[in-house]
Amino acid sequence: MSTVRTATAARAPEPAAVFAALGDRTRLSLLRRLSQGRPQSIARLSADTDLTRQAVTKHLRVLEEAGLVESLRVGRESRFSYRPEPVEAARSWLDEVAAQWDDALGRLKAFVEE
Amino acid sequence: MSDRIERSVELKAPVERVWRALTDHEQFGQWFRVKLDGPFVVGQPSTGHITHPGYEHVRWKADVVRMEPPHVFAFTWHPYGIDQTVDYSAEQPTLVEFRVEPNGDGSRVTVVESGFDKVPAHRRDEAFRMNSQGWTAQVENIRTYVDG
Repeated sequence: MSTVRTATAARAPEPAAVFAALGDRTRLSLLRRLSQGRPQSIARLSADTDLTRQAVTKHLRVLEEAGLVESLRVGRESRFSYRPEPVEAARSWLDEVAAQWDDALGRLKAFVEE
Repeated sequence: MSDRIERSVELKAPVERVWRALTDHEQFGQWFRVKLDGPFVVGQPSTGHITHPGYEHVRWKADVVRMEPPHVFAFTWHPYGIDQTVDYSAEQPTLVEFRVEPNGDGSRVTVVESGFDKVPAHRRDEAFRMNSQGWTAQVENIRTYVDG
């Protein structure tokens, strides 16, 4: 099992960071909003929420470190946009882990039914 | 919590037979494809190496946390690949739990692997933790949303 995981991990180096970044309601909410359309500024993202700009900035940094958003400088402000690739990679990594367990359980079945 | 993978299989073998295949380190090694250095002992690390051709350099390391014959066997390990240059001991491992139940003339084995986000429970957002949907469901939600 670990063999396949090693190969997979090389392709998606930080699934844990993605999962950890997603494990927060505020960040999920920010991601949903960003995934709906055009890049948005911190001011815009904090405008119709209870969050301060500082809080939004902090969460965006976590998302950025996990590769889930990217920022682009426009004049004096940064605009953030959603990057779908890490979610896809994390998901396919999970699918592979599940498939590896299916394989292992298949070998267990063959072993005990001999 | 749903930050986990769950898989199960029906086996035409009695519970006791399956229990031995899971917890006897030599039998475990045969189907899991690992050569273990010694028996599984609760509270102690299990070491060895992968036996898959070409991957013999890859080490196996797990910590046995539960052995409740003949139904529950659990260990923790590090699921993110084994890079010899990385010290994984400081990272949060995932928990792998096998459950064996009688099923007709045979048995059913369920394996659950959990803890992929590596975030200690006390640091998780409380509201998210109370949510019946974990992050796996959220990943799906976001994907559906974005693809849709």
